[in-house]
Amino acid sequence: MSASRFSVGERVKVATRNPTGHMRTPQYCRGHEGTVERICGKFPNPEQLAYGKNGLPAQTLYRVRFEQQKLWPAYAGPAKDSIEIEIYDHWLEPVGS
Amino acid sequence: MPHDHHDHSPIEIDEGRPEEAQVLAEALRELLIEKGLFTAEDMNNQVLAMSKRTPGNGAAIVARAWTDVAYKARLLSDGPAAAREMGFDIGPAQLLVVENTPDVHNVIVCTLCSCYPVLLLGPSPEWYKSKNYRKRTVYEPREVLKEFGTVLPHKEVRVHDSTADMRYMVLPERPEGTEGWSEDQLAGLINVDSLIGVTEANSPA
Repeated sequence: MSASRFSVGERVKVATRNPTGHMRTPQYCRGHEGTVERICGKFPNPEQLAYGKNGLPAQTLYRVRFEQQKLWPAYAGPAKDSIEIEIYDHWLEPVGS
Repeated sequence: MPHDHHDHSPIEIDEGRPEEAQVLAEALRELLIEKGLFTAEDMNNQVLAMSKRTPGNGAAIVARAWTDVAYKARLLSDGPAAAREMGFDIGPAQLLVVENTPDVHNVIVCTLCSCYPVLLLGPSPEWYKSKNYRKRTVYEPREVLKEFGTVLPHKEVRVHDSTADMRYMVLPERPEGTEGWSEDQLAGLINVDSLIGVTEANSPA
């Protein structure tokens, strides 16, 4: 796990990209900041596997926790509500301090 | 007991003409067997194996976790190994078990499709696969939970969007009033809804 670009507890930002094709990063979290909750390991990139490629090199998969009120401006629940989404390394950017 | 009263019409087995897809499936199965790619016995074994995938498997795991603190710790840190310990080999799949606590309630959705640990939860319910559930659970989870009768004003609601390689199961909170219950009794309080997290475990009657 030491090879992972981000560590648990670190703030990260999801890239704002809109490529066409099979993507695993939901549109609703793109461009948003969250916190790495867990590192799940490395997996062949499913966005490549979907097109019959081998998905290598394997991508680190993170689980990132977002605050619901930040994702949805009209969110009706309390500030503590959260959502955790699996996001591959190539979709994540560091957050400047 | 002899069945000698006839106040209902005779039972008729009439399913009408088979659908096109049924005909295709049967033809394909017969061809695959004829060409020796698998045998009729393989097919029967697979059907049998599929019928054993029920939420009862997930319920047994939860009941064990409720009664064995060390098992619960293993389940939360390594889901696949803990499932294997109970005789459920989920193969190369990943499994994350997320625990409900007095402060946090977890609920699972897959907005991309309907990813889900079938071996432990059984075939996914129709509503889980519906666009309505997949869309709304991420942005108004409390409204969705309310429709299942689950209202949790004091807890954080934590949604898990299962869009990649992980599969999820919720470990519900053990209901009050179940002290001294056996694992079998406890497992009876858990169903697919509480394993997905749209409800809590049932309370003792």
